[in-house]
Amino acid sequence: MRRFLSFRDFDWGLLCMVLLLCVLSVFEIYSATMHTKYSGFHTKQIFWISGGLVAMFIFSKIDYHRLLDWAPWAYGVCLLALVAVMAVGHKALGAKRWIRIGPLTFQPSEWVKLVLILIVARYFANLGGRSLTWKDIFKAFAMVGIPMLMVLKQPDLGTTLTYMPVLVAGLFLGGISLKQALILLTTGAVLVVGVWSSGKMLKPYQKARLTSFINPDNDPRGTGYQIRQSLIAVGSGGVWGKGAAKGTQTQGDFLPIPHADFIFAAFSEEHGFIGAVFVLLLYFSILMRLIQNAQTAADLPGSLIIMGIVAVLTFQIAVNVGMVIGFMPVTGIPLPLMSYGGSSVLFTFLALGVAMNVRMRRFVN
Amino acid sequence: MYSDRVNRGEKLSNVKLTSVQYGILIMMLALGAGLWRLQVLGADNFRMLAEQNRIRKVPVLAARGKLFDRDGRLLVDNYPSVSCFLVREQGHSVDADLPLIARGLNLDLEQLRATLRHYRAAPGYQPIPIKQDITADEQAFIEAHRNELPELETIDEERRLYPRDGFAAHLIGYVGEVSEEDLNQSRYAAYEPGDVVGKAGVEETYDELLRGQDGSRDVIVDSHGREVGYLRTQHAIPGQDLKLTIDIDLQRVAELALGDANGAVVAMDPRNGEILAMVSHPSYDPNAFAVRINRTDWNQLITNPNHPLMNKAIQDQLAPGSTFKIIMSAAGLQEGVAQDMRVNCAGGGTFYGRFFHCDRHHGVLSIQQAIPLSCDTFFYALAQRLGIDTIARYATGFGLGSKTGIDLPNEMAGIMPSTQWEMKNYHQRYYPGNTISVGIGQGETQVTPLQLARALSGIASNGHLVRPHVVEPAQLPAQFRTAVLDSFPGSGDKSVPLDPGTWMTITDGMAAATTTGTAAAAHLEGIDFAGKTGTAQVVGGGDTHVKGGARTPNSWFVGMVPRRNPELVVAVLQEHGDWGSNSARIAAQVVATYVDKQRKRDHNLMEQATVNKPVEVGAVWSEPRPAGHHAGKRDEASDDGALHAGHFMLDPDKTLGRVLSAASPKALGSGQLPLPAWFTHALPLRFRERLP
Repeated sequence: MRRFLSFRDFDWGLLCMVLLLCVLSVFEIYSATMHTKYSGFHTKQIFWISGGLVAMFIFSKIDYHRLLDWAPWAYGVCLLALVAVMAVGHKALGAKRWIRIGPLTFQPSEWVKLVLILIVARYFANLGGRSLTWKDIFKAFAMVGIPMLMVLKQPDLGTTLTYMPVLVAGLFLGGISLKQALILLTTGAVLVVGVWSSGKMLKPYQKARLTSFINPDNDPRGTGYQIRQSLIAVGSGGVWGKGAAKGTQTQGDFLPIPHADFIFAAFSEEHGFIGAVFVLLLYFSILMRLIQNAQTAADLPGSLIIMGIVAVLTFQIAVNVGMVIGFMPVTGIPLPLMSYGGSSVLFTFLALGVAMNVRMRRFVN
Repeated sequence: MYSDRVNRGEKLSNVKLTSVQYGILIMMLALGAGLWRLQVLGADNFRMLAEQNRIRKVPVLAARGKLFDRDGRLLVDNYPSVSCFLVREQGHSVDADLPLIARGLNLDLEQLRATLRHYRAAPGYQPIPIKQDITADEQAFIEAHRNELPELETIDEERRLYPRDGFAAHLIGYVGEVSEEDLNQSRYAAYEPGDVVGKAGVEETYDELLRGQDGSRDVIVDSHGREVGYLRTQHAIPGQDLKLTIDIDLQRVAELALGDANGAVVAMDPRNGEILAMVSHPSYDPNAFAVRINRTDWNQLITNPNHPLMNKAIQDQLAPGSTFKIIMSAAGLQEGVAQDMRVNCAGGGTFYGRFFHCDRHHGVLSIQQAIPLSCDTFFYALAQRLGIDTIARYATGFGLGSKTGIDLPNEMAGIMPSTQWEMKNYHQRYYPGNTISVGIGQGETQVTPLQLARALSGIASNGHLVRPHVVEPAQLPAQFRTAVLDSFPGSGDKSVPLDPGTWMTITDGMAAATTTGTAAAAHLEGIDFAGKTGTAQVVGGGDTHVKGGARTPNSWFVGMVPRRNPELVVAVLQEHGDWGSNSARIAAQVVATYVDKQRKRDHNLMEQATVNKPVEVGAVWSEPRPAGHHAGKRDEASDDGALHAGHFMLDPDKTLGRVLSAASPKALGSGQLPLPAWFTHALPLRFRERLP
């Protein structure tokens, strides 16, 4: 069985929407950083996007079945890397997240995300769609939970949380029953309350960040300040926005990190409700396109991989935009394809590459 | 390969994928709804918050108007100074920064906290003044801590610079931060906490004109409080400069002449009420108030028994002593009683069964002798003849017992007793025996130096009393002028009709006082100086005539030049200054300076010509002849009979050119003054007699 591959089957429509988002992102990064010490980050972002595109094409060429074969090994390497981070990691901004190899630093936790998507897809595909036993569920939890705890220890709450949707999507699509789901939810709720009140798992600043969105005035100089400024930025944009490079909140440095975590606030301020809804529509279209690809995938693992990617992207969009508009706590989760940052861009393009990979092989049987 | 091992038949159920799609749709709709809520429904509110974020209102303080003396010499100036304000940003608590701020600005931490508490209720955008007139070091501290202490803001402003050593301090007054009590009054409705207002003297009365109008600047700041630009500036309108009627030369002489004595000197032009000098001792340094006065200095000022903050020229109410005899004389002469009165002074006299002393045996006196000698017995008798109510009628007519209406705050009205006054205040009938004391300016009568100056010079001006003022009214806006006049009700300009005989007798009597009478020591050769001394007993009796002692009499003198229609009146009060003649010498110095200055000025017509206002000139002329006589030759009779001398006010613009040509050396050399008819018709704007 020889597989016929053609870039005619490459999802050019999806790529166009993705690139459109990237263009908006570069312009907004330029606007948000032009008078700050971060000026010039838009060119860096262009490099990351270019690199991401190359990686995407490379990953789309490798058969995803081969990737699934490598997944357990990769998973092992990931765990080792996380242990290495804990042992010899490079500490910055109070967190040990990076490993330094020569001049390069890299953050294993971003790569873990992709590997988790693959390993979870492989795991549930192997179960073949039969109803799950508690043992299956427990194994899945362990698979995702071990790296989660290690990343949480770094500490990196944002990345830790992005592992969750991978597991949730896997369980949901892998055939969890309603009863099991309810039991899990209840246990989860109890656990969350337990972790919260134990005071050991979460650092105080993390707790403060998680609660200040409910009432920003409780902590007006800390994260409450960030949320407040973000709300002012978004709200003052109005329907049409203040115009590119004219956002007073963005340009006056009131909006925190306007080129990364709060780029959607900067964009909404300068381009208004119209611009913000346009971006949301683009995301919606991209997600729908991915789900369609999952539907047309040749086999169960392909579908599960794409749905894992959809879950992660959806989660990131919901949490980031939700944070910007005051629905969600400040967790440091970047907005995929918009926020500045090499790891985030690379991960997103790699994940899209894998999704392309699945789509290109949809007729192969 | 992995694919070979999996069950290819398995697929994800479409139901689940569709439900995922709907889930994403719902999420997107929720996010869209959130955006709608913020950007469409809440846009106006958030736009306002965004503006508040980035725009900071910085006041641009108006320079206060300067004060000049009557000759345009600078009296009160401003100097540039830097003040530090604390700007409360939204939600930014500055409490933690306070120790650092207090250290850097050399402030007391507790006092700083108290200042902040004081402004707690003020709106958030309003900057709190925390230190004024900061030093270069403190300014450097603020600059160096821009990032740590973005709430500190400096403002350049103009600060008051007053003359040193309390020169004219009471007249000028001082400025200070508006107090909380003031802010509650309607008069201060337009003021905000931290505003500088005049607290005394001219500064207080004319505050509205002097303060100008503060502007403001909308500064765009970034989140660190750094200024990145500004939107618009509303320029400050500087306060109006005011020209006072004070003559620095006279003021200086008056200050020096009074020396360290505890008292007051006031010099006024009785023709128009312009105050030329006003001194009150002891004085204070108004510069101490220009920044914030410290507590110990303040306590010293208010507990000093000599009342340095009191403007004694208008606020010190004391018995007038013998100076009151001028008013007595006016009353006596007007009533027709005093003209033919002869009183034998045997060291006093018995009235109402009690012996009243005089300080000497004067013998038989007429009023012409009684005034210069200041014989008490004569005036006891006159008082008895007139009765208290007649005396009170004349005294109040000359402005005693009511404010003069000078344009300075907190003037005192003094007291002029009468039967009505006695009934009103003590609910009893007036005891006629008291009238005898009132006759020599003792008893319950209380006057201020300014009142006395105005009353006595009014009598010397043939009953014409003026309302005193220290700021030339011509420069004031009409609306403000009426407002000031309304807010200082006094007896105003008025005329009390006097018989020519009364006028002549009293003025001659006062002139005699400075030549042969009680003030002979203050005689000024060649100057028509008239006046009246007063030695007012301090109630309680005891040791008298120990200068400076607590019961030493207060020494008064009111002098004027010339004796009739005076140009200048000087009232001097020395508390516990012993004999009135001590004060007469002080007045004489002021008068001599004035006359000296006027004489130099009068003779410089060319200098006067540059001043665009009416000039006073002296002239000698003969009456214009009737038309028929015009061609006839001159005869001696017409020469003696028609020669007149006088002073005129002329307007240099309109007539001076012609006058100068008329008084050309050639014309003077010929021994005639060719004065055509237009001269006499056009010129005598104001005729005044002046004795040689």
